[in-house]
Amino acid sequence: MRSRRYFLRQALTSAGAALLAGCDALSNSSWFPKVLGIGEHLSSAAQHLVTSRRSMAQEFTEADLSPEFRSNGTANPEDGEYQALAARGFQDWKLLVDGLVQAPAEFTLAQLRAMPSRTQITRHDCVEGWSAIGKWTGVQLSHILALVRLQPEARYVVFHCADPMWGTAEKYYESIDLEDALHPQTILAYELNGEVLPIKNGAPLRVRIERQLGYKMAKYIMRIEAVKSFAAIRGGKGGYWEDRGYEWFAGI
Amino acid sequence: MAQSYLYRRHSLLVRITHWINVIALTALLMSGLQIFNEHPALYWGKSSYTGEPALFEVAKGFPWGKPSYTGKPAIFETANKFPSWITVPSEQWLAMGRRWHFFFAWLFVINGIVYLAHSIASRHVQRDLKPTRADWRAVWRSAKDHLLLRHPQGEAARRYNALQKLSYLLLIFGLFPLILLTGCSMSPWLNSVLPGWVDFLGGRQSARTLHFIAAWTLVLFVLIHVIEVVITGFWNNLRSMITGRYRISPGGQL
Repeated sequence: MRSRRYFLRQALTSAGAALLAGCDALSNSSWFPKVLGIGEHLSSAAQHLVTSRRSMAQEFTEADLSPEFRSNGTANPEDGEYQALAARGFQDWKLLVDGLVQAPAEFTLAQLRAMPSRTQITRHDCVEGWSAIGKWTGVQLSHILALVRLQPEARYVVFHCADPMWGTAEKYYESIDLEDALHPQTILAYELNGEVLPIKNGAPLRVRIERQLGYKMAKYIMRIEAVKSFAAIRGGKGGYWEDRGYEWFAGI
Repeated sequence: MAQSYLYRRHSLLVRITHWINVIALTALLMSGLQIFNEHPALYWGKSSYTGEPALFEVAKGFPWGKPSYTGKPAIFETANKFPSWITVPSEQWLAMGRRWHFFFAWLFVINGIVYLAHSIASRHVQRDLKPTRADWRAVWRSAKDHLLLRHPQGEAARRYNALQKLSYLLLIFGLFPLILLTGCSMSPWLNSVLPGWVDFLGGRQSARTLHFIAAWTLVLFVLIHVIEVVITGFWNNLRSMITGRYRISPGGQL
C-alpha cells in the first residue's frame, strides 16, 4: 500500500514536471507563440467590432485623482543630449514631425503650449496590472497632423523617444495607427495634474492613447514620424516592447 | 436482482467540450497567476492608487523590494508570489503569459458557445440540468447527503441530483459569465464601449480583484468536482466522460 502510494505520488510529480517543462518548451519554440498569437488577432478584431472609431475612454473627476502618479519604465533618461535639454528647462527642445507628411516641421514647447489644448482626467492601465488616474493637458495629435498634412499613403505614426532602455543604446519607440492618432483623446501632453509634466512621467512631452495600455503611451518624445509600414523600423514589430513579445494592439 | 448495465450518459460533444475546458482552464489559471505575479497586489476601486491601502499585497519577492505605492500598509499581505511550478511560463515572463492567457481565453469562449448552442438545441440543459419541483424540495436533503458522502445509488444515479444540477447551472450561467465579464472589463478599449460601465463592478481595480476571486472559486469548484468524481466511482465516472458509457448497478454496489 505504501509503495503504491509512493509510486502514485512519484508519477503525479513527474507528470506535473513534464507538463511544466512541456509548456516552457512550447513557449520557447518558434511555432507555438505564433499559434498563441491567434488570440491577439481575435481580440483586436472583436474589440474593433464592438466599438466605433470615436468611442471615448472614460473620463473621471478631480476626486478620483491618484495622490501621486507613479512612474514606470524610465524615470530619468540616461542620455547626455536629453540631460542637456532638461538642464535648460527644455527651452532648446524641439519636436520634429516628419516622414510621410507634406510639410515637415519642428515645434518648440512654447509653440505647442500656444495651440488649442485639451484637458482630460483619465485612467492609465499598466500591462502589469495596476491603474492610476491623472489629469493630462496637451495638444491633440490630430491638430499637429493637420498642420503637417499627412500624405495619403501614411498609415501609422511612430514616436521616437529620448530614453535609452536599461543602459543599452536602444531608445524607446512606439507606433499607433491613424484611428488612434486622430482620436480626440489622443493628445501630446505637457502637463500632469495642472503642473508642468515631471521628468519621471515623460517631460517635456508624452502621448496619451487612452484606449490602450500604458506601454503604448511613449514618454520623452523627440520625433514623430508618419510611415506606411513599421516593418523596417528596428525590430519590425512597431515598438520597444512589441519587439520583446508584447502585443502591438494593447487594448486589453 | 437486476443486472448491472452500461448506458450512454454523455454525448460526444459534451465529452469533447469537457476535456477542452480542462485544458483551457488549466492554462488560463497558470498563465493568469503569471500575469498576477507581475503586480502581486489587489485593490478595490477605480484605480490602484486612491489613497486607500491595497486589499492584498505580496511583501517579498520583488527584485526592487517591498511594493508600497499606496503609502499605506496592505489590508492583507503574503510573503511570496505564486511559485514557478504553478505559473506558465514557469519563469517571470509577462508577455508570454499574456499570449497563453488570451489564446486559451478564446478557446474557452468558443468552446463554451459550442457547448451552450448544442446543449440548448439538444435540450440537454432543459432535460438534464433544469431542476424539477422535486429537486427544489430535495435541495436541503441533497446538501446534507453530500456532506455525509451519501450519494444516489442504482437507477437514481442515472440523473443529476438537486445539488449537482444547481452547481452546474451556477457554474455555466453564473461563474463563467462573471469571469468573462471581469476579464473583459480590464480592457481599456472595451471600457470605451460605454464609458463608465466598469463602475458597475466597482471600478477597474475592483473588477481585477473579482476576476481573481472568481478564478479561485472555480478552483474550489474543480476540487469538489474531482472529490465527488472519486468517491462516487472514479473509473465509472471517468469512463463515462471518455467513452460516454456509465454503469448502473441496480443493486447499489458498483
